[in-house]
Amino acid sequence: MAKLFAVTIVVIAILSAIPIVMNYWGPPEDISTHGHGIDEQLKDTMWEAGISFLASQLILAAFIWQYSGRAKGAQLKTFPGGAKGLVVAAFVLVGTEILALGVIGQKAWAAVYFAPPNANAMTIQAQAGQFAFYFRYPGPDGKFGTPHADKIDEGNQNFFGLDPENDVDARDDIVSGELAVPVNKPISMLMHSKDVGHSFYVRELRLQQDFVPGLDLTVHFTATKVGKYEIVCTQLCGLGHYNMKAYLNVLSQDDFDKWMKDKASQ
Amino acid sequence: MLRKRIVIALVALIVCPTLMFAAGTVSGKVTFTGTPVKPKPIDMSKEPSCAKEHATPVTTETVVTGPNNALENVVVYISAGANDEGQVPPQAVTFEQKGCQYLPHVLVMHTNQELKVVNDDQTSHNIHPLAKVNREWNKSQPPGTPPISEKYEKAEFISVKCNVHPWMHGWFAVLNTSHYDVSKGDGGFKLPNLPPGKYTITAWHEDYGTQTADVTITGNETKDVDFTFKAKAY
Repeated sequence: MAKLFAVTIVVIAILSAIPIVMNYWGPPEDISTHGHGIDEQLKDTMWEAGISFLASQLILAAFIWQYSGRAKGAQLKTFPGGAKGLVVAAFVLVGTEILALGVIGQKAWAAVYFAPPNANAMTIQAQAGQFAFYFRYPGPDGKFGTPHADKIDEGNQNFFGLDPENDVDARDDIVSGELAVPVNKPISMLMHSKDVGHSFYVRELRLQQDFVPGLDLTVHFTATKVGKYEIVCTQLCGLGHYNMKAYLNVLSQDDFDKWMKDKASQ
Repeated sequence: MLRKRIVIALVALIVCPTLMFAAGTVSGKVTFTGTPVKPKPIDMSKEPSCAKEHATPVTTETVVTGPNNALENVVVYISAGANDEGQVPPQAVTFEQKGCQYLPHVLVMHTNQELKVVNDDQTSHNIHPLAKVNREWNKSQPPGTPPISEKYEKAEFISVKCNVHPWMHGWFAVLNTSHYDVSKGDGGFKLPNLPPGKYTITAWHEDYGTQTADVTITGNETKDVDFTFKAKAY
C-alpha cells in the first residue's frame, strides 16, 4: 500500500512538471523593453522551484518506498542531527534559494522602478475610478490643466474636473477612454486614483502598478509592437471591478498623430 | 317676475357648465441664444456589448439642440396654481437602460407615481439616483432581471448615474403636478387642460438653469409663453 503511494507521488510530481517544462501555458508575447528581464526571472524561478519540487517529491517517495514496511523490532530512522538538524538544513536551503532569486531578480525590478523615465518620454496621465480608466494628454501646449475634484462631472465627460472656462492650460487637454501611444516611444505615465484602490495591468507590457488613493505615482514603459492590448484592473475595487478595463492602443507614429488630431477636434 | 327668474336660471344653467369645463392651454417654444458647447462623443469601448449597438458613438446629452436654436429636454411645468398635488397617476413611468444610455434622458413623474427601471442590455447596470431630498438608493440590475419598481415622495430634480458605467447620466424630475411637458425637436411644449386661474410656469434645464413666467387662464384660450435660455461656452 505504501509502495503504491510512493509511486503515486512520483507520477503526480512528473505529471505536474510536464506542462511547465513544455511551456503549454506560457505568458503572452512581450511587447515591452523591460519585459525580457521579468520573463527571465520567471523562468529562473520556475526552474529552481521545479527542481526543488521534483527532488523533494522523489526523495519523499524513495523514503516511503524504502522504510514503510516495518519489521518487528526495527528502529525508526531519524534525520542526522535530529529535529534541530532538519530545521537548520531547511533554513539554509530555502534561505539560499530565496536570496539567490532575489539577487538575480533585482535587475528586473530596478529596470521598472529604479530607472528614471527616458528624457524625451511622452507624459500621459491615467486616472482610475470606479469603474473605468481615463487618460489625459497635455495637448499642444504641453501643459496639463489643473484638475478640480469638485468639478468632476462624468455625465458630461469631464472626468478630471477640468475648468477650461477659467484655466487656459486645460482648454487643449485631451481626455480619452483608451490609452493610445506611439510604438517605440518611451511613455511616462502619471497615475492617481479618483476614489479607491485600483491597479493598472497590461500582460503584454509586463507592467502592473496599483493606484493607491492619495498617492501620485509614476510608471514608465515603451511599447514595441503595434496592436490593441487589454488594460485590466487587478485590485478589487467594488461591484464593477470585474467589468473595469480599457485598451492600450499602440499605433504607428502617423496613426497616433491622426488619432490626436481626431480627438482634439471632438 | 317669474319669467325673469326663469331666464336667469336658464342662462346660469348654460353658462355654469361651460365655465366648469373651460380649459385653457399654455404652449410655446424653448430656445437658446449664444453658442452651446459641442456634444462630446462617448467612448464605450470598456463595454463592448453596448459599444456595438451604436454605429457611430453616441454623444453627451447635457445640451441637446434642435433646428432654429431649439433647446430640448427642458421640463416645463406648472409650479404654482395647479392644485393636483394629490392626484397621483395610476400608471407607471419607465426609465430604460439601453445601449448603455438612459432613455429618456429626462424622465418626469408625479410624486408617489410608480417608476419602473428596465435593463435592456446584455450587461449589469447599477442605477444610482443621487437624491438629496428623497431617499438616496442604488440598485444592481443584471441582464434579464425584472424591472425595478420605486417611487419618490417629494418633489425634486434628481441627477441619475450608473455606478458601473461612468458616462451614463440622466435626470428624474419629480413634480407635485401632472401638468408638465418636456421640450423636444423644435423646442415646443404644450400644457393643456388648465382650468381658469392664475398659474406660474417653470422651465428647467439641467445646465442652463430655471426660468418662470406667470400666466392667467380665463376660459378656453391658448396662451403663448416662450422661454429663452443663455447658452454656456463651457
